[in-house]
Amino acid sequence: MIVAEQKDITEIVKMIEGCQNILVIGCDTCVTVCLAGGAKEVAILASGLRLALKVQGKEAEVHETSIERQCEKEFVDALKSAVKGHDLLISTGCGIGVQTIAEQFPSLPVIPALNTKLLGLPEKQGVWVERCQACGQCILDKTGGVCPISRCSKSLLNGPCGGSQNGKCEINKDIDCGWHLIYERLKALNRLESLAEIMPVKNWSTSRDGGPRKVIREDMCL
Amino acid sequence: MKAGSRLEKLLNQGEFVATAELGPPKSADIQLIKKKASILRGFADAVNITDNQTAIVRVSSIAAGKIALDEGLEPIIQMTCRDRNRLAMQADVLGAYVLGLRNLLCLSGDHQSFGNHPQSKNVYDLDSIQLVQMCKNMRDEKVFQCGEEIRNTKKSDIIEPRMFLGVASNPFGDPFEFRVVRLAKKIKAGADFVQTQCIFDLPKFKTFMQMVTDQGLHEKVSILAGVMPVKSSKVLQYMKNNVAGMSIPDDLIRRMEGAQDAKAEGAKICVEMIHKMREIPGIKGVHIMAVEWEEIVPTIVKDAGLWPRPEVAAE
Repeated sequence: MIVAEQKDITEIVKMIEGCQNILVIGCDTCVTVCLAGGAKEVAILASGLRLALKVQGKEAEVHETSIERQCEKEFVDALKSAVKGHDLLISTGCGIGVQTIAEQFPSLPVIPALNTKLLGLPEKQGVWVERCQACGQCILDKTGGVCPISRCSKSLLNGPCGGSQNGKCEINKDIDCGWHLIYERLKALNRLESLAEIMPVKNWSTSRDGGPRKVIREDMCL
Repeated sequence: MKAGSRLEKLLNQGEFVATAELGPPKSADIQLIKKKASILRGFADAVNITDNQTAIVRVSSIAAGKIALDEGLEPIIQMTCRDRNRLAMQADVLGAYVLGLRNLLCLSGDHQSFGNHPQSKNVYDLDSIQLVQMCKNMRDEKVFQCGEEIRNTKKSDIIEPRMFLGVASNPFGDPFEFRVVRLAKKIKAGADFVQTQCIFDLPKFKTFMQMVTDQGLHEKVSILAGVMPVKSSKVLQYMKNNVAGMSIPDDLIRRMEGAQDAKAEGAKICVEMIHKMREIPGIKGVHIMAVEWEEIVPTIVKDAGLWPRPEVAAE
């Protein structure tokens, strides 16, 4: 899932300066699961903003709503009546949600309440970790199901660098060395010999480096 | 002969080589490069010119290497994968070659979070093994990474950069058993010489070298053992606690702590280490990493019986 984190409220307060009618829009999907931007977090944020405005002596209304998925136009379109009368929209969706709202309501400003952090999973209660960088060409078959692009700090393709020690990455003792994990996994699978092969230079054009990407399924196009 | 560098020739001659390190300055201070070069001249067969080491911005390794070359040194240009993509790397290999530089050491590079621009983007378009492979293909297959021949137009001559290619090897990184596999991969990719991480833990290094020689890897590549003189026990303690992939025995730290003259003791330990390296089968030389302590290199080289340095035999 997409994991996000709420921005510092002071940053959001600055972004709403001068606005009178504000609508905070939550998303019930990924950001609800990662406790960053669901209906509950929208309620907390809206209260915080009301309080901040009151302290500043400003007259402004802050309303709240939430939709199932901010990343689909159909769901966002359903907000048409709700957004009426507002002069600012705040999205607590991921970066995709913010942009979908911006596209569907071109005459209204929309600001992000979250920083979109990573594609990953909850490792334990309150901790989310990265697992994929959407590089566009999956090599998990060769690396025992552990992704070196997202889990090696240098995205190396041919094994751990010299900074791997006791299973940890050189940049931080709290970070597992991705290649150590790959090594242990392939060892358990009795497939260590595959690590002796040189993995060729990666084609990064399928990743963000190739420019904004698009997936087209001709068979599904109308 | 692959590149015809002085380092390559000396290794082919069977000399026990000694390389050193020259860290370029953190400013546009050309005099410092010249000063360091003058200290090392005559005491090292080749000198590594580091590339933004520990991810701190410095004079570029190629620029400093060219100055060192003009000052009479044989530079080994270090190139990390952190700061350049394949276009910039190949452009710099061509650039280094046209400036007369003939040795290239291919490295992953310290992560930028260690340095003075931790907010920067890193590149890692290639990893160090792919970098060696690319440079070998430029030299031997005469092609760029994309497969195009290295020539200006279809009708012009192929003029390829011919570099003597080095890699690093850290016998003390984990997983330990993978370290020899990784070295074998680097050799397969095209490494001509290897410089190891600095060695303080002799028993572990001997185990590593046993594995290397068992596989005959020492016959395919010239291995130079890394040694480092340290000025104090604090330096050792710091490296033990803060530098990943280092193995530093406690008795060495105690010896340095007990020394009356720590600097002299540090140099002495380094000389002893060089003598021990000469006895290990498969070691073709030493790489003396006197980081920001270039002045000690002549003493170490002399005390280790490695002076004067050999000349390239007339052809």
